[in-house]
Amino acid sequence: MNFRRLLIIVVPYAWLIALFLVPFLIILKISLSDIAIAIPPYTPTFDLSAGWEGVKTFFSELDFENYIFLWTDDLYWKSFLSSITIASVSTFLTLLVAFPIAYGMAKSPPSWRPTLMMLVILPFWTSFLIRVYSWMGILSNNGFLNSFLVWTGIIDSPLHILNTNIAVYIGIVYTYLPFMILPIYASLEKMDISLLEAAEDLGCTRMSAFWLVTVPLARHGIIAGCFLVFIPVNGEFVIPSLLGGSSTNMIGKVLWDEFFNNRDWPVASAVAIVLLLILVIPIMLFQRNQQKQQEAVL
Amino acid sequence: MNGRPLSWFNVTSLTLGFAFLYLPMLILVIYSFNASKLVTVWAGFSTKWYVALIHDQQFLDAAWVTLRVAVASSTLATILGTMAAYALTRFSRFAGRTVFSGMIYAPLVMPDVIIGLSLLLLFISIGLDRGIFTIILAHTTFSMCYVAIVVSSRLQSFDKSLEEAALDLGCTPFDAFKSVTLPIIAPAVISGWLLAFTLSLDDLVIASFVTGPSSTTLPIKIFSSIRLGVNPEINALSTILIAIVAVGVITASLVSKRTIAKREREALEAN
Amino acid sequence: MKPIMAETKPASVFAPWLDADAKPIISFENVTKKFGDFTAVNTLNLKIYEREFFALLGSSGCGKTTLLRMLAGFETPTSGFILVDGQHINDIPPNKRAINMMFQSYALFPHLSVWDNIAFGLRRTDMEKDAIGDRVTEMLRLTQLDGFSHRKPHQLSGGQRQRVALARSLAKAPRILLLDEPLAALDKKLRQETQFELMDIQEKTGTTFVIVTHDQEEAMTVASRVAVMNKGNLLQVATPGEIYEAPNSVYVADFIGEVNIIEGEAKLEGPDKIAITYAENMPPIISVGKTEGISEGQKVSFIVRPEKVRVSLTGDDDRANKVKGTVMDIAYLGSISTYHVRLDNGQMLSAQMTNTQRIEHREITWDDQVWLSWSDEAGLVLTQ
Repeated sequence: MNFRRLLIIVVPYAWLIALFLVPFLIILKISLSDIAIAIPPYTPTFDLSAGWEGVKTFFSELDFENYIFLWTDDLYWKSFLSSITIASVSTFLTLLVAFPIAYGMAKSPPSWRPTLMMLVILPFWTSFLIRVYSWMGILSNNGFLNSFLVWTGIIDSPLHILNTNIAVYIGIVYTYLPFMILPIYASLEKMDISLLEAAEDLGCTRMSAFWLVTVPLARHGIIAGCFLVFIPVNGEFVIPSLLGGSSTNMIGKVLWDEFFNNRDWPVASAVAIVLLLILVIPIMLFQRNQQKQQEAVL
Repeated sequence: MNGRPLSWFNVTSLTLGFAFLYLPMLILVIYSFNASKLVTVWAGFSTKWYVALIHDQQFLDAAWVTLRVAVASSTLATILGTMAAYALTRFSRFAGRTVFSGMIYAPLVMPDVIIGLSLLLLFISIGLDRGIFTIILAHTTFSMCYVAIVVSSRLQSFDKSLEEAALDLGCTPFDAFKSVTLPIIAPAVISGWLLAFTLSLDDLVIASFVTGPSSTTLPIKIFSSIRLGVNPEINALSTILIAIVAVGVITASLVSKRTIAKREREALEAN
Repeated sequence: MKPIMAETKPASVFAPWLDADAKPIISFENVTKKFGDFTAVNTLNLKIYEREFFALLGSSGCGKTTLLRMLAGFETPTSGFILVDGQHINDIPPNKRAINMMFQSYALFPHLSVWDNIAFGLRRTDMEKDAIGDRVTEMLRLTQLDGFSHRKPHQLSGGQRQRVALARSLAKAPRILLLDEPLAALDKKLRQETQFELMDIQEKTGTTFVIVTHDQEEAMTVASRVAVMNKGNLLQVATPGEIYEAPNSVYVADFIGEVNIIEGEAKLEGPDKIAITYAENMPPIISVGKTEGISEGQKVSFIVRPEKVRVSLTGDDDRANKVKGTVMDIAYLGSISTYHVRLDNGQMLSAQMTNTQRIEHREITWDDQVWLSWSDEAGLVLTQ
């Protein structure tokens, strides 16, 4: 019994330590190293054969140079700033689009709901890459949207949408929409309709009952949905590289280019560490929200 | 939230919302049957892009790599994730439990670029040759966390006295898990496997970091072909993938709907 | 409401607890169970005998379920020993104990049919397939479930599920059957029927039953002996009749049925006679009974059950205790009525009378001046 118990804990635990925790320590270490023309392309490397002296030299050669570089070169901090801005704005836009849908779903007859749920989940199971790709054909200069608008006569010449930040916002709202709808729907669906009736009975108008009762009760769902969009969008790579333009500098793309094009591993690692530090606070807030929600259920 | 009629506002937002979700994919599917290479010009119905696709050896190779990676990593992830879920829900106290649950939840929101980069640096520093094997390791790592969450939410709602009843009737703990717990949580384990499988099929960023020169997965292949613009062969491929997912999800939801309806009817008859 | 009591059998027929030579089947020796800082069971000693129908009674959180789970093997005592047939069983895992349990939630395996649920435990033994079949059929007959064997648990009604759970836990013919609130999920009428079924099955199989319940009527109906627990301690272990008629503490008296409690000062008036003064200008209460442990001037509680107090307009009887009061409230319960009467000093007392006349002919009504009377043997003087 005790051996089995140990096995059940140790195997997944050890796996995560080896393939999740240790890699972070390695990133941290490399972010403090210098770029070198070598294999692997950084220095110093760990040399255990040199004994304690080796360890000491190893640590003495580590420095914060890459972080200073990130600070001085405005490409990086501008990218961080623009990632956070894009993530915040698109989170807000996703909320605006998702809430009415979730609200409509929660109000629909119970017999429709499983089907509506399935319709929200289905895109979630469909390839992310393909969903982003589908907008390339729609938004391009001779794409579906422009042809349609020209045909209806609203515009004379095609709008330039693809490869701009607008395309990035559309892509993010589109692909992350299910993440926002599902938690909000879940919290609205549980809501007791008699609460709204009680509010109206006590003198609320429909509108004020919505703001004073519905929205506060859906609070945890809204917060969860916002974090589920905001956190991963910060590190998004596919959307800015397919839909964004040369002016779209999101940090995920910068990290990718630094690694694959410039082969500067130490700087890429430093970028990853800074991104992680930026995301630590929202991740912790997200987990606290989830805990509170669980407590609220109990 | 029951009992209120849908207002025109609700109907409009539902209609527009689902149109927004489905129109882009619908357009993609329609244009995969377009005879013309140009996106907007409809030049008649044709299946030539499908024919081209199945003769494209590179795509077939990539699909084969992806399938093997997905099957292997989702199976491994299901085993590890179920163990992790069991450890988290059944053993309330053990050393490092907080770190453990933190590591289970973190990959859910961790940007792919960070996971990919960190795993690549690990594989390099221990001198592991990159290829299918490293992709499987990477995919197993992040998808086991999803499996753990799906399975542990089922385990939490699971009546613990069922396991105790099995022990009481003479089962060893392992026997009780095999003959009582596992059959009951099986639907969650299966959906965990499916989720892990889909995540693996879908992953571009992590695979790009940890792959070697010889193992190109389907997303990597798709990404390199669409970087430069719309490609009708990809439209055809997308249509196939969308069709597979749609058939799978619709079948699953119909089956579960029928099972639930049957159970409700039977429960009603019993009382 | 008065608990329904099954007729207690004469002591000479079945009362192993009175026999000094009888060997208990279960004994708890100084058993303590702590969860962190919380003491669920506190140095408890208890002996249960073969063929007993033993009830653990108490409000929720009193430790009764913990006691049962220790017996089943799901919890290990923090200190002390549990013995079955004189053998220490502290370290024996639940699957190796000849004890089976019927769970409060029934814990029927949802993926198995009724038949497979009942056969589940038998299949873990080296029993022949045919023998298992025979045993399951026998259990189905015993619990009147013939014809349901292919159903799944969700296709059964609450009462049927309860019987499957019972059949499953009895299938392995355990020496001891533990029942954790077995009837709590049933509605009242079904619960009363099932109580008698349980007693019948217990008698037929000769199994020792240990039942946990918070329902005093249920405990009084089914049990040969009842243990009343509070905050991890055993307060009293006795037959239902003794518990009702001779509770050893105010807590037990108050927990079982309705009771009037009057606090006062004891005055010894003879070898077995006590007078209790409880207010100025009120005659002392005269009670006859044991006086051991009661000293002159001690603070005591006098308890008397409402059905032993008579209410009348004239007070023309020769009972030892007689006081005047005003009717404040009448609770009409059909067969009986309870009168809540305020005495002149403000003390409230209740009296219960059988409604022998139709309600419109009732003599006594609100605000009437009445006499309450009870004999000197009706009550009990308690020091704790």
